[in-house]
Amino acid sequence: MFRNYCATPADIQAYQKESARKGDTMNSRGLRSQLKDSVPVAGLCPQGAYGVQDSLRSGFTSIKNELLPSHPLELSEKNFHLNQDKMNFSTLRNIQGLHAPLKLQMEYRAARQIQRLPFLPSSNLALDTLRGSDECIGFEDILCDPAQSEVMGEPHMMVEYKLGLL
Amino acid sequence: MALSSVLQTPAAGFNFDNVTRNAALEGLSEGGQTPKPLKTGTTIAGVVFKDGVVLGADTRATSSEVVADKMCAKIHYISPNIYCCGAGTAADTEKTTDLLSSNLSIFSLNSGRNPRVVMAVNILQDMLYRYHGQVGANLILGGVDCTGNHLYTVGPFGSVNKVPYLAMGSGDLAALGILEDGFKHDLELEKAKELVRASIHAGIMSDLGSGNNIDICVITRQGVDYIRPYQESEYRNDRKIKYKYRPGTTAVLTEKIVPLKLEVVQESVQKMDTA
Repeated sequence: MFRNYCATPADIQAYQKESARKGDTMNSRGLRSQLKDSVPVAGLCPQGAYGVQDSLRSGFTSIKNELLPSHPLELSEKNFHLNQDKMNFSTLRNIQGLHAPLKLQMEYRAARQIQRLPFLPSSNLALDTLRGSDECIGFEDILCDPAQSEVMGEPHMMVEYKLGLL
Repeated sequence: MALSSVLQTPAAGFNFDNVTRNAALEGLSEGGQTPKPLKTGTTIAGVVFKDGVVLGADTRATSSEVVADKMCAKIHYISPNIYCCGAGTAADTEKTTDLLSSNLSIFSLNSGRNPRVVMAVNILQDMLYRYHGQVGANLILGGVDCTGNHLYTVGPFGSVNKVPYLAMGSGDLAALGILEDGFKHDLELEKAKELVRASIHAGIMSDLGSGNNIDICVITRQGVDYIRPYQESEYRNDRKIKYKYRPGTTAVLTEKIVPLKLEVVQESVQKMDTA
């Protein structure tokens, strides 16, 4: 709302064009996999088809577990990078205009698509370089290294999940 | 982890899958049976003097009522010109200072310079604020860089204070009393070391969570002098950790040498692929 309130007509047009472009689905990515990019809201969308809990794959439901995060940091950690990016992009937009975050986001989206198949580890080199995290070490580099995870996904199911067919 | 098949590779970083299970387990064991994390109930202190910074710490690490480590090192290396004393949960302070040290050494390699103390403080502040106090690290950072001698404190929730003298930990009230009484600007090295030693000593005497020896670390423009231990407690026990006896302790009565005749039966050479 704030965005439309103080935006010029040209800005609003550009914003609408951008969101229309966002709605364009590419052939290789299903709708559910695109929804995963957005900030998740707890408790509103069970994982199965038609919004019904998929007991076979996700186990029994527990409304309490879905509504309340079990750890005070769980939600904030899950959305940490998304929130930071949102904050930075909106500041950039207010200072430099619409083009600055648009260009940066275009580069991020392009770099984010350079991935191997979902069950293989991807280096994310371009994405790291863009974010500047190739010169930083954080807890995500030390703890829970995906290269050393104890569980391995079944390749066919993981690819089907990514394509949204599952 | 409850699924038999994983649909996405687990995200790196902290994993909160077991939190509900842990809460349920704690409820089961009914009153204080769970192991407590190792805390350094501590006295740490720092003073800025004429040529640099003096940091001091005691060496006791407690695990609720038991002394878990009598010779714990609480002054951590961050970079050649910055050292950090840590109070709070021992693992948190160690890992946080390790991460900070790695980040700053990457910076040093990139830029060819020693990092400034403000950089360390900013990185720590961002990291600790992100976790909203769950990472229990109370840190005193002291260092000398191109802009002067600095002493900062960073709290577990991300608060930062820049001060000329400072004490933290469970014994900080006693230590702060000595520091308030004896601190002057531009102290000499020996007076500064004696002041820090006296304040840590007061903390050790008045607080159950601090004890054993006193470590002192002097950081100046010329270099770092890490004196460990600076003062040993009178109540140490001289239990030997190694039982190594020097050769000749046992008298040799007789000696008989029998040479073994060995002949080479088979020799095979395997080249290592060193390409």
